[in-house]
Amino acid sequence: MYRYDEFDHALVQDRVTQFRRQVERRMKGEISEEQFRPLRLMNGLYLQLHAYMLRVAIPYGTLDSRQMRKLAYIARRYDKGYGHFTTRQNIQYNWPKLEETPDILAELAEVEMHAIQTSGNCIRNVTSDQYAGAAKGEIEDPRIWCEIARQWSTLHPEFSFLPRKFKIAITGCENDRAAVKVHDIGMIMKRDAAGEVGFEVLVGGGLGRTPFVGKSIREFLPKEHFLSYMEAILRVYNQLGRRDNKYKARIKVTLHETGQEEFTRLVEEEWEAIKDSTLKLPKEEIDRIAVHFEPPEWKALDDAAPTCDARAASDPGFAAWLRHNVAEHKTPGYAIVNISVKPPGEPPGDVTDVQMEAMADMADAYSFSELRVTHVQNVTLPHVEKEQLPALYDDLAKHGLATANVGLLSDIICCPGLDYCALANARSIPVAQELTRRYTLERQQEIGDMQIKISGCINACGHHHVGNIGILGVDRKGEEHYQVQLGGSASEDASLGKIIGRGFTAEEVVEVVDKLLDTYVELREGDEAFIDTYRRVGMNPFKERVYGTA
Amino acid sequence: MALLERRDGGAAVIDDRFTRVDDEASLPDGPVIVSVSRFQAERDALLSRDGELGVWLESDESPTEIAEDLGHLAVVACNFPAFNDGRGFSYARLLRERYGYEGELRAIGEVMLEQAPFMVRSGFSTFEIQDLSDIAEFKAVVEEVRTVYQPTGDGRATAIQRRLGR
Repeated sequence: MYRYDEFDHALVQDRVTQFRRQVERRMKGEISEEQFRPLRLMNGLYLQLHAYMLRVAIPYGTLDSRQMRKLAYIARRYDKGYGHFTTRQNIQYNWPKLEETPDILAELAEVEMHAIQTSGNCIRNVTSDQYAGAAKGEIEDPRIWCEIARQWSTLHPEFSFLPRKFKIAITGCENDRAAVKVHDIGMIMKRDAAGEVGFEVLVGGGLGRTPFVGKSIREFLPKEHFLSYMEAILRVYNQLGRRDNKYKARIKVTLHETGQEEFTRLVEEEWEAIKDSTLKLPKEEIDRIAVHFEPPEWKALDDAAPTCDARAASDPGFAAWLRHNVAEHKTPGYAIVNISVKPPGEPPGDVTDVQMEAMADMADAYSFSELRVTHVQNVTLPHVEKEQLPALYDDLAKHGLATANVGLLSDIICCPGLDYCALANARSIPVAQELTRRYTLERQQEIGDMQIKISGCINACGHHHVGNIGILGVDRKGEEHYQVQLGGSASEDASLGKIIGRGFTAEEVVEVVDKLLDTYVELREGDEAFIDTYRRVGMNPFKERVYGTA
Repeated sequence: MALLERRDGGAAVIDDRFTRVDDEASLPDGPVIVSVSRFQAERDALLSRDGELGVWLESDESPTEIAEDLGHLAVVACNFPAFNDGRGFSYARLLRERYGYEGELRAIGEVMLEQAPFMVRSGFSTFEIQDLSDIAEFKAVVEEVRTVYQPTGDGRATAIQRRLGR
């Protein structure tokens, strides 16, 4: 894991001092709420429906047990005893007091964390693969590049007042677990013909009211130009991006309206002018950062795991958890464990202080003190010995953290919706809760891979466009109403869902999901996943079942 | 309203010797700042006139439009029509780092005190500040964050350069 040096520490500490001064000026009435707004937003402080909300960055989703304990402490001391993990691998606190927010930031700075640029029209927290450093087939740990990007983007003098927010995701694997194709910039690590490692660069992906899958504008970018190329993209966007309409201000619209070819030409032209400037990364700095991401000292283990196998043979609950929540690790004898924080009936992504502390303890006991927050709002322990899996499972179960539903129907992505959010048109959490209560784990396992994603408004924080089944809350004459989309995917085969037809009430929408699932189960061939069946048979059979007519 | 000039370790209030002249108004004597369109329409007359000349860029006017003539200009002003219209930051860097402009670079319009660090780093040298009570805060604000990560034309050593002892 990256550790701050004196320069990183100084920046975060100075930033706390600065925000404390800004809050004091606000409390004394020297600045108005209108003037304070852009300042608080630059430190992740939103004003929501009922209270302030503080969003804390978890850079590329990686944290250690010490940091997780601090997050738990903040939840208990400054909030109502829980936090909410977001789709951008951050954590949100829903009930902080304005006057205490500088203290929270000071607490975070103690453990090398901050809330810088978790909101506002700037470069947001850079996200990545939660299996980074542990995944089979990974070209290189993408977090090295996420950290380089984190530093470069922090308080960037030119790009802090962009037309709109800007999200970057980087993956080192072909299997995309970071949804890189629906980001403003997506970087995919790859090798060129000579075996050199670099990046394919995608631009202009995104959800919201105008969803787009990102376009590849450069097949291969050598590593040393990582920053200069991003600076070129941002400089073109900062000048060209629309500022007359915030719904058309994201780079996806800039690229669409300018045309991919012309946009690419402008970026390449700008890049030519700066690629050999000071932005060119010195090898020493890349190496310095890479050292922090060297693998932990894995033991030389046999890949066979008799204790684990024996437990699986005798305990179907454990076997199910093993099948759904545990993934292959690149090192023999180790596994990647996904902790579902989505038990039936609970708001997806909400975690209590006690659970956070329990996860920190388990990270210390089983995973070299390392944890990850995933973009599907779960938590990952990246390096667990297979023979320890039964013991870990028992520990998780004690804290309600052993739900065996990762990748299944109840592993829902869901935005905070109208229960919290000032922008929402409809509640999303109750729909998620109802769906997760409705199906037994056995039924879910029988259905198999399924991504349901729910947003409470068109801004799509719940990623409904890329859900296999996407649910969008809308306001229809003052009533909460839900549109249903089919066929979305956020993976390497990214696609956007299509609306099935007219919308439904909250009660109807869960029944619609029933019908969609029944249709799929009837139509699937072999072990075909829902998304593949949909792609094979198209919308009509589903539509017929739901509406009684095509 | 006051004009602040960035000085080492802070800023000082200075007299504004320039008159900003609307497109329809007749030109007064002495130093003036005109719009890009007026500059382009009356270029030769403006350049042969006695007195210093400046041009202001609206936020949708790229400095590319005046790049050829920067040697004749005593001031370039970038207008920020709203604090969240950040195009001027790119314009400033292009003026300094791409076109080598070394004269006065002035931020005008909705210049928010808390943006001053970004403006200084991007290359602005003077700032039109609306609220005079902000002036005392200016120095504290500009120097508040000790670490910079990005190389810009301001020459401040970045974290990477300091790590490598360069």
